[in-house]
Amino acid sequence: MSRASVVPVSVDFAQTERFRYVLRLADTSLILGQRLSEWVGHAPALEEDLGVANISLDLIGQARMLLSYAGEIEAAGRDEDQLAYLRDQNDFCNLALVEQPNGDFGCTIVRQVLIDVWQLELLSWFDASTDQRLREIAAKAVKETRYHLRYSSGWLVRLGDGTEESHTRVQTSLNDLWKFTTELFTPDEIDRLAENAGVAPNLNVLRGSWLHRIDEILNEATLTRPDDVPYVWFGKRGEHTEYLGHLLSDMQYLQRAYPGVTW
Amino acid sequence: MYTQGLDALGDESLHLPEEELAELEAHFQAKIDADEKIEPKDWMPAAYRMTLIRQISQHAHSEIVGMLPEGNWISRAPSLKRKCVIIAKVQDEGGHGAYLYSAAETLGISREQMIEQLLTGQAKYSSIFNYPTPSWADIGAIGWLVDGAAIMNQIPLCRCSYGPYARAMVRICKEESFHQRQGFEIMIRLCEGSTAQKRMAQEALDRWWWPSLMMFGPDDANSKHTGQSMRWKIKRFTNDELRQKFVDVTVPQAEFLGLEVPDDALVWNEETEHYNFGPIDWDEFQRVLAGHGPCNQERIRARIDAHESGAWVREAALANAAKQSKNL
Ligand SMILES: [Fe+2]
Ligand SMILES: [Fe+2]
Repeated sequence: MSRASVVPVSVDFAQTERFRYVLRLADTSLILGQRLSEWVGHAPALEEDLGVANISLDLIGQARMLLSYAGEIEAAGRDEDQLAYLRDQNDFCNLALVEQPNGDFGCTIVRQVLIDVWQLELLSWFDASTDQRLREIAAKAVKETRYHLRYSSGWLVRLGDGTEESHTRVQTSLNDLWKFTTELFTPDEIDRLAENAGVAPNLNVLRGSWLHRIDEILNEATLTRPDDVPYVWFGKRGEHTEYLGHLLSDMQYLQRAYPGVTW
Repeated sequence: MYTQGLDALGDESLHLPEEELAELEAHFQAKIDADEKIEPKDWMPAAYRMTLIRQISQHAHSEIVGMLPEGNWISRAPSLKRKCVIIAKVQDEGGHGAYLYSAAETLGISREQMIEQLLTGQAKYSSIFNYPTPSWADIGAIGWLVDGAAIMNQIPLCRCSYGPYARAMVRICKEESFHQRQGFEIMIRLCEGSTAQKRMAQEALDRWWWPSLMMFGPDDANSKHTGQSMRWKIKRFTNDELRQKFVDVTVPQAEFLGLEVPDDALVWNEETEHYNFGPIDWDEFQRVLAGHGPCNQERIRARIDAHESGAWVREAALANAAKQSKNL
């Protein structure tokens, strides 16, 4: 067997699917960054205002690189802002987990740990992607994400193994958010094509390492991993929870109210 | 409250014999006159310490409360670049608060005590942050005018006699001048833009002009603290001197933008080579200071809410730290 048939060349991964795949990554970072920024000025302590702002900035920075790349793939002249501000809810393809409201600080931390580990596993894998741009973007983002996970898992351990109240609060948030993790590892057509093209990892394999790390963190935080439940939202296919519409109407307000001007 | 901090430091100067005290004071003033820095371990008069605690903590609180009016536009920033800039700016202000709390702590008061004073209304913060930000242009106007005025006030503080405060200000001033430029850039973009954008910019200038002039404090005739603070080199210029400087620098910038400064009496004075400007509404200043500005309640409520709803998080962090140290 020739090498080419083992590792399919990335050309097989058509433009529309590649656009869609990169957009998923971009939207997930963007919506999470937007959510986190809601904390700035309202966090439990000054250091947390600064910490959360840092993570939010990194994520929006990643989103900008990915959106620009998506725009180039699409080749329809849309830049990062047109993609961020002028798409409707059903064209957004972020994971439903990241559009969930912040809740209390513990809930934000639970959501962050779940997504940080996912991003860390994924970005690390991209080092071997056949997509050169993704490799480059991931090389920068993976360092940031390592820091994000240190921050979020540090807090999850503190809150899980803190007071009785904090333990109960984060366990409840974990129970509530767990169902959204199903989407992370349930491949659809685009995920499969991306995997076949060597652009993205096998999600089942990714789930194994994700779960391993999550279990380690939950263990240290004295938290119990909830059972998997069948219900699932598919944000990545544009099927969103009710929260995303409100987030977008807020985020996109100026661009929508004053079309065609520069800021 | 302050006296608690002083007791904790074992400040016993009140019990010293008079001659000894006079000698310490003379030595202290001589150091200041020679432009030497006073450091935390040095002897200092109780009133100097108290003045600094009041001023630095007020300054820190202003940075923290100042995160709120601009934070109001983080979620709605009109481009991703602007969003990053505004998040980073608000984050900088939080950082300024952190350095300043640390500088104040060197004088024997804790951050917890200072925050308590803010939340209970015992400590003040800059009144400017009690004004609202109804439009995106307010973010431009705040950067341009409020950070601009803050720089005028703060540059001289880089040479303040108290070492930790002076050093904190050097770092802060660098970032404030970034903020000022970024704000001005927002204004340029709006003023080059559509009719609606220009209108937004003009309305923001109308809202922020007078409150910005008030940021320099009461006029010299009514400024309680100026004399002593100048002798101690905590302050280097009077309120009116700094205000004049701000007007002189800012009016040409407004002209460059094509905006109209909302003051009919504003005119260039050939003789003095300064702008003459109209009277400041000191009643408004006093009203806002007394808690009756447009957003006083909202600002302090937001700080109290953040503090109260974060209490369980801070408790958990302490409880976890205690467990960790037991395990060591
Ligand atoms: Fe500041
Ligand atoms: Fe600033």
